[in-house]
Amino acid sequence: MTVLLVAAGAAVGAPLRYVVDRWVQRRLDGAFPWGTLVVNVVGSFVLGLVLGSPSLSSDLVVLIGTGFCGALTTYSTFSYETLRLLEDGAWSRGVANVLVSMGAGLGAAALGWILAP
Amino acid sequence: MSRLRRQAPVLAVIAAGGVLGSLARHGAASLQDAGTGWPWAILVVNVSGCLLIGVLMAVLLDLTAPHRLLRPFLGIGVLGGYTTFSTYAVDTQRLLADGRAVAALTYYLVTPVLALLAVWIGTAATRALRGRRRA
Repeated sequence: MTVLLVAAGAAVGAPLRYVVDRWVQRRLDGAFPWGTLVVNVVGSFVLGLVLGSPSLSSDLVVLIGTGFCGALTTYSTFSYETLRLLEDGAWSRGVANVLVSMGAGLGAAALGWILAP
Repeated sequence: MSRLRRQAPVLAVIAAGGVLGSLARHGAASLQDAGTGWPWAILVVNVSGCLLIGVLMAVLLDLTAPHRLLRPFLGIGVLGGYTTFSTYAVDTQRLLADGRAVAALTYYLVTPVLALLAVWIGTAATRALRGRRRA
């Protein structure tokens, strides 16, 4: 059962990451990986909300938290895009990507946790 | 409609890959008791996923005509679903909220350092092997 819930959440979260990334990247400066930043920050906020809500059933935590948020957010693409920026000599953008992702991700997680019902 | 039809296979393989990667992450995370201790299982997941994306992207760049669904399936789907940023952020926040500032700070800083090192090693090692094979 748990496995099915993880799979169901991931089947939505992973393609949604792709769609949001494309949508954001088309609208904003293409030289900075805004799309991955957006999904990672939004996913961190939602996971904070989910884990901060004690009334939520464990099935929903697995579905939304482990499955959906886990697949919506990514560390591999974040790292790869940072490496590309650094290798291209765009040091300030590479460092900014790491610092902004870390700061906004942790801030979003804490905000979700605080706002959780 | 035609755009959706063209994108449908891409979205389908990303979903399938995302399910496989997420189940692998879930399996790895279940090796560690929930809520206790330093989140080493997710650290191992994220760092190994970064090593693999470095290898994958270097291999894909080396192929003359990779299948158009290969990168969406393996890179965006499997490895994107396997690694996670949300758990990294929330676990850091929970350690902080529990008053374990040193554990939180260590996890918060060690993860990106090892992740970036891993993606660089994965890329560089694959390029080096490729160069030796051609020589």
